[in-house]
Amino acid sequence: MIKAVMVMNTQGKSRLAKFYEYLSVEKQQELIRGVFSVLCSRAENVSNFIDAESIFGLDSRLVYKHFATLYFVFVFDSSENELAVLDLIQVFVETLDKCFQNVCELDIVFNYSKIHTILDEMVFGGQVVETSSSEIMKAVEEISKCFLSPFLLSCVKMHVDDVRFSTFALFLIRINR
Amino acid sequence: MGSQGGFYQSKEFLDLVKSIGEARSKAEEDRIVLNEIETLKRRISEPDIPKRKMKEYIIRLVYIEMLGHDASFGYIHAVKMTHDDSLLVKRTGYLAVTLFLNEDHDLIILIVNTIQKDLKSDNYLVVCAALNAVCKLINEETIPAVLPQVMELLAHPKEAVRKKAIMALHRFYQKSPSSVSHLVSNFRKRLCDNDPGVMGATLCPLFELIARDVNSYKDLVISFVSILKQVAERRLSKAYDCHQMPAPFIQIKLLKILALLGSGDKQASENMYTVVGDIFRKCDSSSNIGNAVLYECICCVSSIYPNPKLLESAADVISRFLKSDSHNLKYMGIDALGRLIKISPEIAEQHQLAVIDCLEDPDDTLKRKTFELLYKMTKSTNVEVIVDRMIDYMISISDNHYKTEIASRCVELAEQFAPSNQWFIQTMNRVFEHAGDLVNIKVAHSLMRLIAEGFGEDDDNADSKLRSSAVESYLRILGEPKLPSVFLQVICWVLGEYGTADGMFSASDITGKLCDVAEAYSNDETVKAYATTALMKIYAFEIAARRKVDMLPECQSLMEELLASHSTDLQQRAYELQAVIGLDAHAVDCIMPSDASCEDIEVDRDLSFLNDYIQEAIEKGAQPYIPESERSGMLNISNFRNQDHHEASSHGLRFEAYELPKPAVQSRIPQALIASTEIVPVPEPMYPRESYQTTMPSIPSDAGSAELKLRLEGVQKKWGRPTYTPATSTSNSTSQKTVNGTSQGDGASTVSSMRETYDSRKPQVEVSHEKQKLAASLFGGSSKTEKRPATGHKAAKASSHMVEKSHVPKSSMEVASDKAASAQQPPDLLDLGEPTATSTALQLDPFKQLEGLLDTTEVASAVNGAPAASISPDIMALYVDTAAGIHNKNDADLLSGLSNPSVTNMPGTTAMPQVTQSSSKRPNPKDSLEKDALVRQMGVNPSSQNPNLFKDLLG
Repeated sequence: MIKAVMVMNTQGKSRLAKFYEYLSVEKQQELIRGVFSVLCSRAENVSNFIDAESIFGLDSRLVYKHFATLYFVFVFDSSENELAVLDLIQVFVETLDKCFQNVCELDIVFNYSKIHTILDEMVFGGQVVETSSSEIMKAVEEISKCFLSPFLLSCVKMHVDDVRFSTFALFLIRINR
Repeated sequence: MGSQGGFYQSKEFLDLVKSIGEARSKAEEDRIVLNEIETLKRRISEPDIPKRKMKEYIIRLVYIEMLGHDASFGYIHAVKMTHDDSLLVKRTGYLAVTLFLNEDHDLIILIVNTIQKDLKSDNYLVVCAALNAVCKLINEETIPAVLPQVMELLAHPKEAVRKKAIMALHRFYQKSPSSVSHLVSNFRKRLCDNDPGVMGATLCPLFELIARDVNSYKDLVISFVSILKQVAERRLSKAYDCHQMPAPFIQIKLLKILALLGSGDKQASENMYTVVGDIFRKCDSSSNIGNAVLYECICCVSSIYPNPKLLESAADVISRFLKSDSHNLKYMGIDALGRLIKISPEIAEQHQLAVIDCLEDPDDTLKRKTFELLYKMTKSTNVEVIVDRMIDYMISISDNHYKTEIASRCVELAEQFAPSNQWFIQTMNRVFEHAGDLVNIKVAHSLMRLIAEGFGEDDDNADSKLRSSAVESYLRILGEPKLPSVFLQVICWVLGEYGTADGMFSASDITGKLCDVAEAYSNDETVKAYATTALMKIYAFEIAARRKVDMLPECQSLMEELLASHSTDLQQRAYELQAVIGLDAHAVDCIMPSDASCEDIEVDRDLSFLNDYIQEAIEKGAQPYIPESERSGMLNISNFRNQDHHEASSHGLRFEAYELPKPAVQSRIPQALIASTEIVPVPEPMYPRESYQTTMPSIPSDAGSAELKLRLEGVQKKWGRPTYTPATSTSNSTSQKTVNGTSQGDGASTVSSMRETYDSRKPQVEVSHEKQKLAASLFGGSSKTEKRPATGHKAAKASSHMVEKSHVPKSSMEVASDKAASAQQPPDLLDLGEPTATSTALQLDPFKQLEGLLDTTEVASAVNGAPAASISPDIMALYVDTAAGIHNKNDADLLSGLSNPSVTNMPGTTAMPQVTQSSSKRPNPKDSLEKDALVRQMGVNPSSQNPNLFKDLLG
């Protein structure tokens, strides 16, 4: 089971934190700080795995990957495989990249809820449910499409015959994609 | 904006993020965030906020909380948002509540209703959002509220919903297995779902279920194998691929499941060989995910019933991992090596240089993993090098958690494999010096015990040498500043007990040092207490030896200081010291005999000396004793009172509340009690009753003898030296024997095959001399291995020592039923006292037992001692073949073992059935250790082994 997903920048600022078991805000901050202090002391060209038992308690492993200014961190227990989780991070970043074209740190901050949506499509209740970035994209797009739907529905209801209005509605849909 | 879809954020939010990003200090950041909190507090409570604005506020709250600030004022608004009709607003609400709230939060009650409604929604996206919240927010109490809806969703037309419903159900199972235990069959059903994604999702809960109870899922082996086969053959659509691997997470889960199901089960394992072999062949080893699957294959192969071909492929993959430049792959390689090494120990030989490279790698993670591997492969031959390295590493790190772990490992290895007492003491000194405060206090106690009892060597000479060397080293170490408290306690105790024993140091030397300790660590009361008692011992020994005692002035002042100490313990010790000094030689010798720390202080718990008195009383018409189990509730306390009366030594004050008096069962209450209850209507246990007190000290009850047995085991279970283990067969516990059983054969093979490959390894690639030396000391069975006869002898000696030990309590137990006594002390055990006879008996007899279990052909090859290793898996298989039958067989075996006393005593005879149990669990590093220990103790000499036999048996 995956216990936590974190994204933080190289200065230790948290950019995304999701814990699959409830932890108090203080505990979360403590863990994030603990993880960062280990991460920033790691040299280049070493393995992406860290023994996380001293931070997260028994039976916990940590895999991280460093992209530009960000660390992507997954914490999990022995029912997952380190290399596979490393690949999962890759999928996550690829998906973000597809979503934002050349994803950067700011994209993640500004699209906070969308990142969560993407992550929820990949990892559900601590288990990996989807590993194909195009499938994840499809699901996320489906959700974003609904953004205007209540509004559109009311438009359509009010002006069923008004051709211009439905064209406008279609236009709205298109720009929202 | 197009790319942001519905997740648009306002300029304000962007500004906030920017200003936080530009903040120079934590204080500045905090100021900005606090400002923001103020703004949000104000705005969020304004009436009629447009939904879109509200949604953004909530996101801002989430953001603030992620930065570590309290956003609880907004929780209620997030809850409100979940009620909204618009999907996106609702989703934001759900996102916020899943991040904000825990399952026991007060606001959950407001959400459960919404979740219930949303789970029934027509829009599957709403359902998904609700399921997401279910996973995080539903606790044991609220599970029933949503369970029916979740169950319905298992048949939802959308596969995404089915998948998430299964995960939600899995989550329920994790939170409260009992509340969904009747529904676990749904996971099986969903395994046949049309959609591979849903099927993949069911593997997660199934994995957990199987890990808890393997046997009820054995029937699924065929299905799992066929699913894995289809996945590996790319029968799934491309949509499930991940970096060109077909559904890797499904493959990994399946391999994990198969590893569980095939563990120790030959029949099940045979079904898996083909598919695992196929994956080994086809798997793409250039990508991370491909290697992840390969690694999982190795884990699977090392867990299921061994197959030589697969082991070979696994070994190939491991060598590829280890040779790779990637640290990740090396890490996986080391881990895999640790798993495989138990099955084919010779594989470590090929990779020794790679392992040593990893040990010297700057990457901490890799280093630790390598130490773990070394820990698993420690034997008596390489223990010195490994423990040395471990301690060096332990000194170099600052992470307390890992330091503790590695310290306890060092201690464990040192206790099990110590080549000499000298080395053991030195190693323990180093561990204590550098991690003293981190090691368990028990370790200190066992070190003291070791020094007191010695290694069970023939002559006391060696023991006293050990003691003087310990004393010497401690006196030296005391010069160093800042020693850990635990270590000081050991030092004080040893100095007190043996400081003057060999006459090298005078009493004033030792007492001076002890006073220094008490002074230097005056804040540590435990150390002071140890030091005071040590002083008392030294003086007592002096007085007993009829030497003149001159108390050093600093001792005098220390004693006076302690006489007025605030700690009653210290005070008492000081007074005792004062009293002892005033006594004459004879009295002192009685209360403080020299070197008597290991003598058992006899406590006659059965009070057998009162038997005559009881007999007399009963003859005069007193009521006989009623065992505790037959008395009704209130007697609990009167029992306590009785103990108070007769066994003043064995209890303290009770601090827990008295039990509520249970309704008395009239029929069982003896005459006397009925009489008294007539007088006092409510049974009042507080009043002592004559009748009870007279009946109490009667013939020992069953409970009493059980207690005694327990104590017996406590005495027998010597820490450390595994050579003691044979003696555990005196007690009826089979668990100890199990260990011996497993290791009995395997250990032999470990050593023998090591030797075999050691020779073949000679033409080696040129490497630095130092590394080669290290490799040789780690992996090679050098000539010093052949201490075996000596150790075997030692073992026997030790066990004879044990037998004597176990006699001691027996005397106090004579009244206990003869049956129990004879079961515990079979005549054979005494034979263990003769070393030579024992070692041969130990070698042969397990195989007598094997004859009953194995085909004659196999037995023929087994007679030779060492090759038994290769057969032991077969034995396991015999037991596992019919999983249900295990227990019956187990019982039968125990019985047959008991009927033949010469067999009973042999470790590893009656224990076979449990072999399967232990091997079905995850690989246990202890096994390998114990294996080697056993080889030593059995005195099995590996040179007598014929390598060809292995091939025949395994091939």
